[in-house]
Amino acid sequence: MEGKEKKPEQSVKNKSQISRRSLFGTTAAVAGAGVLASNLTDPIVRSAYAAGSDAPIRIGFQVHRTGIGATYGKWYERTTNAAAKYINEHGGMGGRPVEIVPEDDGTDPKRGADVVEKFATQHKVDFVYGTLFSHVVMGSSPRAGELKIPYFVVSEGYHVASGALNRYVFQPCITDVRSQISAMSGWIFNNLGKKMTLIYPDYAFGYNHRDYASAAAEKHGAKISAKLAIPPTASSFTRYFAKIPKDTEVIYHVMVGPGVLTFVREMGEHFGSNRPEIFGFIDSLEGVALDSPGLDFLNGTYFWEAMPRYADGYPTHGEKVYRNAVGVDANGASKSDSKDVSTYSHMFGCWETLFAIKEAVEQSGYRDKRDYANLIETFEGFQGFNEGIAHPQGSKMFSGKSHQCYGQQFISKVENSKFDVVHRTSIEDGYYEPETDYTKLPL
Amino acid sequence: MLVWFEDNVALLFLALLDGTVTAFVLALIALGLSLVFGVMRVVNVAHGEFFMLGAVLAWACFHFTGNMPLLGFLLALIVAPVLVGGLAMLSDRFILHRIQYNPESTIVATIGLLYIIQQLVLSFFGPEARPVEAPIYFRVQFPWFGYSGYKLIVAVLSGFLLLVTWFLMVRSKLGLYMRATQQDAEIAQTFGVPTRSVYSKVFAIGAGLAALAGVLVVPIRQADYLMGLEPLLLSFIVVIIGGLGSLRGTLVAAFIVGISDGFISVFYEPTLAKMLATVLVAAVLIVKPTGLFGEEPG
Repeated sequence: MEGKEKKPEQSVKNKSQISRRSLFGTTAAVAGAGVLASNLTDPIVRSAYAAGSDAPIRIGFQVHRTGIGATYGKWYERTTNAAAKYINEHGGMGGRPVEIVPEDDGTDPKRGADVVEKFATQHKVDFVYGTLFSHVVMGSSPRAGELKIPYFVVSEGYHVASGALNRYVFQPCITDVRSQISAMSGWIFNNLGKKMTLIYPDYAFGYNHRDYASAAAEKHGAKISAKLAIPPTASSFTRYFAKIPKDTEVIYHVMVGPGVLTFVREMGEHFGSNRPEIFGFIDSLEGVALDSPGLDFLNGTYFWEAMPRYADGYPTHGEKVYRNAVGVDANGASKSDSKDVSTYSHMFGCWETLFAIKEAVEQSGYRDKRDYANLIETFEGFQGFNEGIAHPQGSKMFSGKSHQCYGQQFISKVENSKFDVVHRTSIEDGYYEPETDYTKLPL
Repeated sequence: MLVWFEDNVALLFLALLDGTVTAFVLALIALGLSLVFGVMRVVNVAHGEFFMLGAVLAWACFHFTGNMPLLGFLLALIVAPVLVGGLAMLSDRFILHRIQYNPESTIVATIGLLYIIQQLVLSFFGPEARPVEAPIYFRVQFPWFGYSGYKLIVAVLSGFLLLVTWFLMVRSKLGLYMRATQQDAEIAQTFGVPTRSVYSKVFAIGAGLAALAGVLVVPIRQADYLMGLEPLLLSFIVVIIGGLGSLRGTLVAAFIVGISDGFISVFYEPTLAKMLATVLVAAVLIVKPTGLFGEEPG
């Protein structure tokens, strides 16, 4: 398997982080030992599917088809279907086909909890999976814990790693906000400026940004000039920009929901050409075309990307296979509609999580829900996932204690209304010691 | 004081500018709600959905014209109020008239209408927010900051539409009928005012105004199927403060809410502005339940 010899590339090698590196080395070794199936076209794997003729593994997909998460939901669904198709064409999960059972949660925490219950009691799925918005994850997780059904989320908040949830909740394939900020803050403060104004949504996900960016500023001897929390329902943003202090050297923005285009455009109207440096989380532009009218001012600003939207940003074999399978063109839009821009920096998490579930199913010999305990313990024993078709965003380090992964991040500069990757962090840059240990909780 | 003023002149200016733009748009949206209540005594909970339909139709026109912003915008200025007004007229004929404009029933019926419109748009337009290009896009540079030129145009056009409505009310025969029906529907009818058709037309005009507001606003934000909720709540705030049915009250209240929203948002927190507006509604309901300019219903 290709994972055996190939150690993932790292852009920054920091000698002071030996212990973390050795930890990562273990990850690669485990990967080589067979935890990871990065080459699914292997004929041995294929024949396993042919031999098995079991009932499908049913995965309940909690999807934001409506509500403020709809744009993400649409792409999460396309990615999930593409991943399920790919897995089924290449041997299924432990020889059994995968069946995705989608249910809309309206991007609503209460409905989210109901959907989890419906999955467990009516659809009788094997696992629940796919939630993005942090408030829905927070609302749904307790129900998954009570019903004792494994729940794999593709969110970004720090909620899983914080220890606030329970042993049944995993976030194996998308990094959390704390890790993202830890990985990039040094670069931001050193290259863009040391006096920063934060603009973030006024709820849990935004507070993660506020808290960890403030902590990072302190660590790097930088100063947070102002913290601007914007209510999720806001539809006009001009008044918030008036509060950005004049001494601000760099603006850090992260917005989600239907208002993102308005937000970015009004920021441009406010500053014109006379702007401070701007660093945005791609969330502020997910699903939005960079050449939309009014976005010219973004040229020369920087964005975090979890996975580069433009194909030349990270041209690996796995990336190409993945991009093609989910139907995304080289500019990050749908192959069938160039105006339909994807949420490329989030949706890979769906693809990768399904492959992580596949690994857990196969490693633990999972048959039905009587094997949940074994599956969870197997998952907690994983130390990472190797880069490849199953994990096109890059290798991941995984903590069984916190149920959370660590991975690489990209910083891209907008040039000619296109993203150009200018920096790639190492996995270690985003590493922090797990603060919780879910393995101590009863099953 | 003078030093404070000099330090904050940029913020004061922005508060006034943003507040005024908000006020004009708010007045236009709330006017339809106020008109419908004043003449028909119907609390139209689906009012925000007419606004949303206007925005969605503006998007459709923008696409129909092959993404030509100015042409699409001009087309939408005609198509949106006509179609939405037509829909409102049908709703009046087949729903409101059938339940005899009973106050409680109309609230329930318009809630139903709200969900039907919202779900239809969700089914046919989809759940995502879709951008519409502004017909004229430019940036106004003030000494301290820049501002969207299109927003200023929206304020001017809203003001113009308010004037047209006012002119219609005081100068046209329909306006006379409307005022007569508002004062006393039964007596108006005995004097030959065709109240049934007046009701239909008023409901259509109210919806048409909301749709026009939607067309104007959509290039600033985007069209999505849930966008009707916020303007509905704000319109209710404006209409309750101003006095249900009083057009003058609606206008004054829109400026009170819009400009205070601008100032409180800029100097304190936008959330505080919304809270204070809600407190103001409660205070008005306690002290003067008919609103600032409202009269006891005859």
